[in-house]
Amino acid sequence: MLQLTSVDAGYSGFQALFDVSLEVRAGEAVAVIGPNGAGKTTLMRVISGLIRPTRGTILLEGADLLRTPAHRILELGIAHVPENRRLFARMTVEDNLRMGAFIPSARVKFRERLASVYELFPRLRERRRQAAGTLSGGEQQMCAIGRAMMSEPKLLLLDEPSAGLAPVIVQQVFGLVERLRASGLTVLIVEQNVRQVLHVVDRAYLLEAGTVRSSGTADELLRSDTINQAYLGI
Amino acid sequence: MFGIFDVYLLEAVINGILLGGVFALLALGLNLVFGVIDVVWICYAELIMLGMYGMYFLYVAYHVPFVLAALISIAGVGALGGLLHVLVIQPLLGTAPINQLLATGGVLFFLQSAATVMFGIDFRNLGIRLPVLELSGMYISYARLLAFAAALIGMVALYLFLARSYTGAAIRAVAQDRQIMPLMGVDTRRIYITTSLIAGGLAGLAACLLVLQYDVQPFVGLTFAPITFLICVLGGLGDMIGGFVAAFLFAEIISVAGLYLDLEWGYVFAFGFFVVLMFFRPQGLLARRR
Repeated sequence: MLQLTSVDAGYSGFQALFDVSLEVRAGEAVAVIGPNGAGKTTLMRVISGLIRPTRGTILLEGADLLRTPAHRILELGIAHVPENRRLFARMTVEDNLRMGAFIPSARVKFRERLASVYELFPRLRERRRQAAGTLSGGEQQMCAIGRAMMSEPKLLLLDEPSAGLAPVIVQQVFGLVERLRASGLTVLIVEQNVRQVLHVVDRAYLLEAGTVRSSGTADELLRSDTINQAYLGI
Repeated sequence: MFGIFDVYLLEAVINGILLGGVFALLALGLNLVFGVIDVVWICYAELIMLGMYGMYFLYVAYHVPFVLAALISIAGVGALGGLLHVLVIQPLLGTAPINQLLATGGVLFFLQSAATVMFGIDFRNLGIRLPVLELSGMYISYARLLAFAAALIGMVALYLFLARSYTGAAIRAVAQDRQIMPLMGVDTRRIYITTSLIAGGLAGLAACLLVLQYDVQPFVGLTFAPITFLICVLGGLGDMIGGFVAAFLFAEIISVAGLYLDLEWGYVFAFGFFVVLMFFRPQGLLARRR
């Protein structure tokens, strides 16, 4: 479904990704794990078009994402839940969800999509008239994921969905990822919570210093020495 | 029931409210552009000047009915707002903010000089003399009442647009977080252009109302610009509700102080009040709320 080949990317004066190749197949859940500053967020931004790579190719079902303007990538079916959720804090929960349905194909189905997001997150329905900035951390994450789900994406990019949340809420977020997968959605998730994420995904890539250090099925990585020593503390 | 003194005071307060409506309209367009695009249109009052000329020529020279002339002027100044964005602001968006400020400053003098060359320095007016209403001993200018009502309608229409439509929601969203807008499928460039068209249209509406009370000349913008900018700053640049409150506060100070002293003293107090408030509320009247 999604294919990155030899991608280099960075910001002015500093390169964050070096020759990254990665693949996500339809219906899979794939994790990108690695330490802070490894380039995980940059990788997500490159896929959703917020940053353009300096080299390499990115294809979504054969369509060249590098020839697609950033604001059209959502229409192709990639929704990105950014790091730190980035809700519109002074807008209501429902207005945030409305922004998620901005593209024409989503607008016509707004009521229907809204109902299904509220079904997924009943809490959001209760808080729909509240400013998004006044929600708790967990509710904000629900709102951010709900906003991304409004456009009925094929591929959901989740950037550190568990960051800053209490352990109980983190459990819920990972439970949610499993539910989304079960509904047929393809998920690419960036996480620091290595052990928990490896239990909900099929495969994972380990990113270190902007390069793919290793990759494999979740089980292989859970058993691998590198991962165990560096990230699971065993 | 009212002593003669109270009637004058009430009249001044009512006139202050009417004036406040127009001030609020003046500040709204500027605040919208600043809040959304993060740019100050220094030449905002010159757009109003051009709108007033538009009204003058349509109404006096071409005998277009007032309402139709107003609609044409609003559309015309709206288009100028869009043009200003595309030709001047857009190419400078990635550069230092001071460049955008200086560029629109340049546009200000360009428009003033161009208007002088094209229209001369004659003072012109529509020749419409609206009656003055007498209401139990108070005198209220019909032109001001009309301006207040039209300004209110314009502001309510903008509010509904921002609150109810997708584009309106996107305009509010850009003001909060412009970087992630592509993730919502929003083309920020188009939102900026739409915002500029609306801000220009608001300047056009202001022009249609002000032309009933002021003569047009190339430098008429200087009459409105200082008060417009100070209201925006006092309300907190980009804060539309703050601007609204500041507009009425300013108008009341001018109107009530003008009752006891002269109209000029009203302005002296209003600007003095502004300077003092800058010490206490440099971020805007309602800043603590946010």
